Amino acid sequence: MGQFEPKIVGFLCNWCSYAGADLAGTSRMQYPPNIRPIRVMCSGSVDSAYILRALLAGADGVLVGGCHPGDCHYVSGNYKARRRITILKEIMKALGLEDERVRIRWISASEGKRYADTVSRMTSDMRELGPNPVARLWWT
Amino acid sequence: MAKKVGAVMVIGGGIGGIQASLDLADSGFKVYLVDRKPDIGGAMSQLDKTFPTHDCRLCILSPKLKGCLRFGLGQYSNIELLSYADIEKVEGKAGDFKVTVKKLPRYVITEKCTGCGECLKVCPVEVPSEFEQGLVKRKAIYRPNPQILSFVIDKSICPSDCRECSKVCKPNAIVHEMQEEKVEVNVGAIILSSGFDTLNPHLKKEYGWGIFPNVITGLQFERVMSGTGPYQGQMLRPSDKKPARKIAWIQCVGSRDLKLDGRSYCSSVCCMHATKEAIIAKEGTSGSNITCHIYFMDMRCFGKDFDRYYERARKKCGVEYRRSRVAAVKEDPQTSNLRIRYESEEGELKEEEYDLVVLSLALDPPSGTQEVVQKLGIELNDYGFARADLFSPVQTSKKGIYVCGAVSGPKDIPETVVQASGAAAMASSLLSEVRGKLTEKKHYPPEVDVSDEEPRIGVFVCRCGMNIGGTVDVPRVVELAGSLPAVVYVEENLQTCSQGTQEKMKEAIRKHQLNRVVVACGTVRTHEPLFQETVREAGLNPHLLEIANIREECSWVHMREPERATQKAQELVRMAVAKAALIQPLFAMHSSVIQRALIIGGGLAGMVSALSVADQGFEVHVVEREKNLGGNLKNMHYTLEGKDISNFRDSLTTQVQKHPRIRVYKGAEIQNVGGYVGSYTTTMSQADDGSSPRAVSLEHGVIILATGAQEMKPQEYLYGEDERILTQLELEDMLTQPGAGIKKTKTVVMIQCVGSRDKDRPYCSRVCCSDAVKNALKIRELNSGANIFILYRDMTTYGFKESFYQEARSKGIVFVRYDEYKKPEVKLKDGVLQVEVTDPIIQRPLLFSVDLLVLSCAIVPPKDSPRLAEILKVPVNEDGFFLEAHVKLRPVDFSRRGIFLAGMAHGPKLIDETVAQAQAAAEKACTILSQPEIESETIIVQTNERQCRGCGICASVCPYEAIEIDEETKKARVIEILCQGCGSCSVACPSGALQQAGFTRKELLFMVDAAV
Repeated sequence: MGQFEPKIVGFLCNWCSYAGADLAGTSRMQYPPNIRPIRVMCSGSVDSAYILRALLAGADGVLVGGCHPGDCHYVSGNYKARRRITILKEIMKALGLEDERVRIRWISASEGKRYADTVSRMTSDMRELGPNPVARLWWT
Repeated sequence: MAKKVGAVMVIGGGIGGIQASLDLADSGFKVYLVDRKPDIGGAMSQLDKTFPTHDCRLCILSPKLKGCLRFGLGQYSNIELLSYADIEKVEGKAGDFKVTVKKLPRYVITEKCTGCGECLKVCPVEVPSEFEQGLVKRKAIYRPNPQILSFVIDKSICPSDCRECSKVCKPNAIVHEMQEEKVEVNVGAIILSSGFDTLNPHLKKEYGWGIFPNVITGLQFERVMSGTGPYQGQMLRPSDKKPARKIAWIQCVGSRDLKLDGRSYCSSVCCMHATKEAIIAKEGTSGSNITCHIYFMDMRCFGKDFDRYYERARKKCGVEYRRSRVAAVKEDPQTSNLRIRYESEEGELKEEEYDLVVLSLALDPPSGTQEVVQKLGIELNDYGFARADLFSPVQTSKKGIYVCGAVSGPKDIPETVVQASGAAAMASSLLSEVRGKLTEKKHYPPEVDVSDEEPRIGVFVCRCGMNIGGTVDVPRVVELAGSLPAVVYVEENLQTCSQGTQEKMKEAIRKHQLNRVVVACGTVRTHEPLFQETVREAGLNPHLLEIANIREECSWVHMREPERATQKAQELVRMAVAKAALIQPLFAMHSSVIQRALIIGGGLAGMVSALSVADQGFEVHVVEREKNLGGNLKNMHYTLEGKDISNFRDSLTTQVQKHPRIRVYKGAEIQNVGGYVGSYTTTMSQADDGSSPRAVSLEHGVIILATGAQEMKPQEYLYGEDERILTQLELEDMLTQPGAGIKKTKTVVMIQCVGSRDKDRPYCSRVCCSDAVKNALKIRELNSGANIFILYRDMTTYGFKESFYQEARSKGIVFVRYDEYKKPEVKLKDGVLQVEVTDPIIQRPLLFSVDLLVLSCAIVPPKDSPRLAEILKVPVNEDGFFLEAHVKLRPVDFSRRGIFLAGMAHGPKLIDETVAQAQAAAEKACTILSQPEIESETIIVQTNERQCRGCGICASVCPYEAIEIDEETKKARVIEILCQGCGSCSVACPSGALQQAGFTRKELLFMVDAAV
C-alpha cells in the first residue's frame, strides 16, 4: 500500500469555479486526481446536507467553490454559501468533528491556477489529517 | 416602398459587437457578425479584472460568449459568425445593403481540430504572441486566445517547405492549401463596432518602451497580472522575472498631448484603468510590499462609483498619486531599474527609481478604420474616429449605418454595451416592418415522452484523439460503464463531436430506445449545447443528457498519473450515470406579453426611449409628474459643442406628442405596480390641468424607468444670500436672456465640485466641468474683456471635450486648482463679494473681488426615488441613484426582469450619453415586446404544494422577487418567468418543498454517493 489517498468531493458553481477548473485543464496545470467535482448552478444552492452526506459516505474532505464576493452570477448566492458553511463548521466543531475537512473557496473563471493550487493544498492537508473517522463511526 | 432586408451586419466581435448581435437576434433579426481576428471577445478578453468592481472579465464575459458558442445552434441559430474576415465591398443604401466579405483561410478545419496541441511541439517558427502582448512567443500555428480550442496558421511566417504540423495532426485538420473565400451578404443595416487600438508606444520615445525591458504598456500589465497570463498572475518584471516591488504608472501617454499630431483628446478610461491595476497589485499576495505611484495630470473619475474607487485606492490601499507630467524615463543598465524624472506640483525637480514602469497609452481608432469607413462611405471626425451625431450618438453620417463603442471615441465597457444596444435599437427601428422575416426557427422531431419509462441509459465515451485516450485507459472506462445499473448501451468513439459520430449517436438512441444519454468527453460548458442538439434531433428532450467531464477536469490535469486518472474517469462516469437515471425532461414555461411599454419620466431619456419603442412598432405610455415634457432640457439652451438645445427639445416633444403610438400622461404619479414581466398593471393618480386627481390604470409588458436627476441647490458659499451668486443652470439661463448684464461684468469666478466628491456625496457629477467650460466660453464670446477664473479639483473634460478645455485656456480663461482640504472661501464684505482660494502651485492665497460667482453644483437624484424603488422592487445605490443589474455588462437592466433604466436616474450624464442609454433601454424593452410569448429559463425551481408550509423563507432569499406566497392558499408560488434557477430557495426551504430542476436533492445526493 502506498500513502493514504484522500477522497475529496467538490461542489463547483457553474459560472466561476467550474469554469476555473476547466481553465486549469485547458492550461494543462497538473494537480492530484483526488477531487470528484460536482457541478451546481450556484454555491448558494449547496445544501449542508450534501456536505454531511459526503462526509458520512466516506469522503475525507468537501470543497465548495464559488464566485468571488461581489461576482455572484445570481447576485448573492456566494454570501449565502459563506454563511451556511460558517454555521456548518460551528456545528461540526461542537460535535467534535474536524471542521477543516470542509472548505469554501472563491475561484473565478480565470483562476485555473488557483483551482489547481486549492486542490493540491487540500489533498495534502487531508492526507496529513488522515482518513475521515466519521464514516467509520457512523456505520459501525 | 423601398425594399428592406431583415438582417443586420455587425462589424467587430468585441463586447460591443457581441451585445449588438445578441440584442438583434433576440428581437427577431438575422445577424452576420464579422471580425478581422480569428477569435471573438475583443480587448475585453485580454483584461484581467474590470473596474470598479474587480469582476473577473471571464466570469462576466463568458455567459455572453456562451451565447456565441451557441451561434448557429438553437436559440442563436440566427447569428452567423464570420471571423477572420475582412469587409471587401459595400453597395446599396439604408434598408438594402450588399456587403462582400472576404473570409481568410485559417488553414485548420475548426470542426476537426481537437486542440490537442501536438502541432505546437513540431512547429519550428516563433513570433511574439499578440494575445499576450508580446510578453511570450507563439508558434506559426497557434491558438489565438487560450479560451478557444482550435488553432489557426499564420501563413506570413509559416515556412512553405515544412508541413511538420500536418504529419502529427491525428484528426487531419490541417489544410495548407486552403483558399480565401468571398461571401456576399444582403443586409438592411450595418453596425460598426471595431473597437480601438492603443497608441504605438514608439511615438513616445522619451519613455523608452521597446528599449528598456521593464517599461511595459497597460495591456501588457494586464497580461502580467492575469492568472492565465505568461507569469501566472505573479507580479514579475520582464527583464529578470523578479518580483516588481516598486511600480510607477505614467498617465496620458499620447493623450491630451499637443506635441503629437491629432492627440489632444483625453482617452477617458486610463485614469480608472491605472487605478485598477495599482489596486490589484496592492491587493495581491505580496501586495503590502509593493509601492504603487501614479503620475497624472487630472484624475477623471466621472463614471458611476469611480470616485469612491479612487478614494479607496488612495486612502485604503495606499496607492500614491502624483500630479505631474513625467519628462522622461531612464534605465540603470546595471539593475535594469528605471528612473523617472518629474517636476512636483510645487515646482521641484525630482527623481525616483522603480522596478517596473507602466505606460497608460492613449486609445486610438482601430487600425484599418480608414479603409473600412471608405468602403462604408461614412465620415471620420478630426481625430480619426467615426463621426457620430451629438443628439443621436450611434448614428453615423450615412443612413442605415450605425456605430457603437470606442470606434467613435474612447469609451469604457458599460458605455460600449449601452451604445451597442442603442445601435441595435436604431437598426431595429429602421427595419421594424421586416422584423422576423429572415429569422428561422429550427424544427425538431416531436419529443418522445419518457417520463414514466424505466431509465435506459446510453453511455458514449470519447477518446478525443489523444486528449483523453492518451492518459485515460478508455476501454476500462467503457467496461465500467457497461456494468452500471440501467445502462443498456455503451460506445467508444474517437471523436464524439464529429458530424459522423453525431449521426451514429442519433442512430443508437433510436435503435436501442435510449431515454437518457451520458457523454463522457470535454467540459459540459462547451459541449452541452452541441450534444443537447443531437439528443433533440433524435427525439429526446435536450435535458435528458448528462455530461461527464473527463478531459478538462481529468485527462488534461492528471497527465502524469494515468492509472489514477483512469479511476477518476470511471468514477466521474459512475456519478453521471447515477444522476442520469433520475433526470427528467425539462421545459421552458411560456408567458404571454402585453406588447406595450410604460415609460416613467418624460425628460430626455423618457422621450427618446418612447420614440425608439414606438418607432419599432409598439405602443407606449409615457407618465410625467410635471405639467410639461422636457425635464432638465427645459432649462438648457446650448451644448459645449455649440449645438442648440431648444430646437432639439421642441422637435422631440412635438414628435412624442404627435406619435400615433405614444400616449402621454402629464401631472401623473405612479401609485402601484403589480404583475411581472410581460404583464404589468400600473395604477397612477393623474391631475391634468389642475383638475382633482383621478386614478388611471394601465396594462403593459415592460417598464422603462427614466425619472432623471437634478442640479442641487447648494447650502454653502453664501448661495441665496446675494443675487450675484448663481448655479450653472441659472447662469446659462441668464446668458441667453436678451440684454444680459454679462457684457458689463468684470470678474467671474466659478467653483467646481460644489456638493460633489465630498463626504456627503462621494461621487463626481460628471457634467459640471463641461458645463463650466461651456458657460465660460459663452461669457468670453459675449464679453471679451471679462476676467474668468475656474476653481477646480480635477478638470474632467473627458474624451473630445478636452479640446474645449484647451480652447478656454487659450482664450485666457484661468484655471486655478484647489485642494479638497482647502476649499475656497466666499465672503461678503461691505457689499463686495470676495473669493479666497489657496493655489497649490504658488502655495499662496489668491483673493478675488467678483461680480459674478457661479457654483457648479452636484447632480442629485429626485426625492421620491426611494418610494418608486419600493413600488417597483428595484434597488437604489448609496447615493440614491438606481442600481443596474450589472455595472459592466447589464447597464440598463435591473435584476428584476422586464424593468429597464435610462438617463440620469442611473447617474449623472451628458446629453449624448443619455440618448444612447435611452435607446439601449428601448432595445432591451423591445427584445421582450417583439415576442407574443416569452420563455423562462429551463433550470428553474419547482414547488411541491403539499410539502409547503407557507413560511416565506424562500421568498425572502430570492434575489429576483420570483417567489410569492399565495394570499389564499398560503403556499409558495414560483413565478417561472422571473426565476433564474440559482437554487438558493431550494436549500433555504425547511420542508423540502422546493426543488431545483436539473439539480434536485435526490440527484445530487445520488451523485455524492457515487463519488465516494
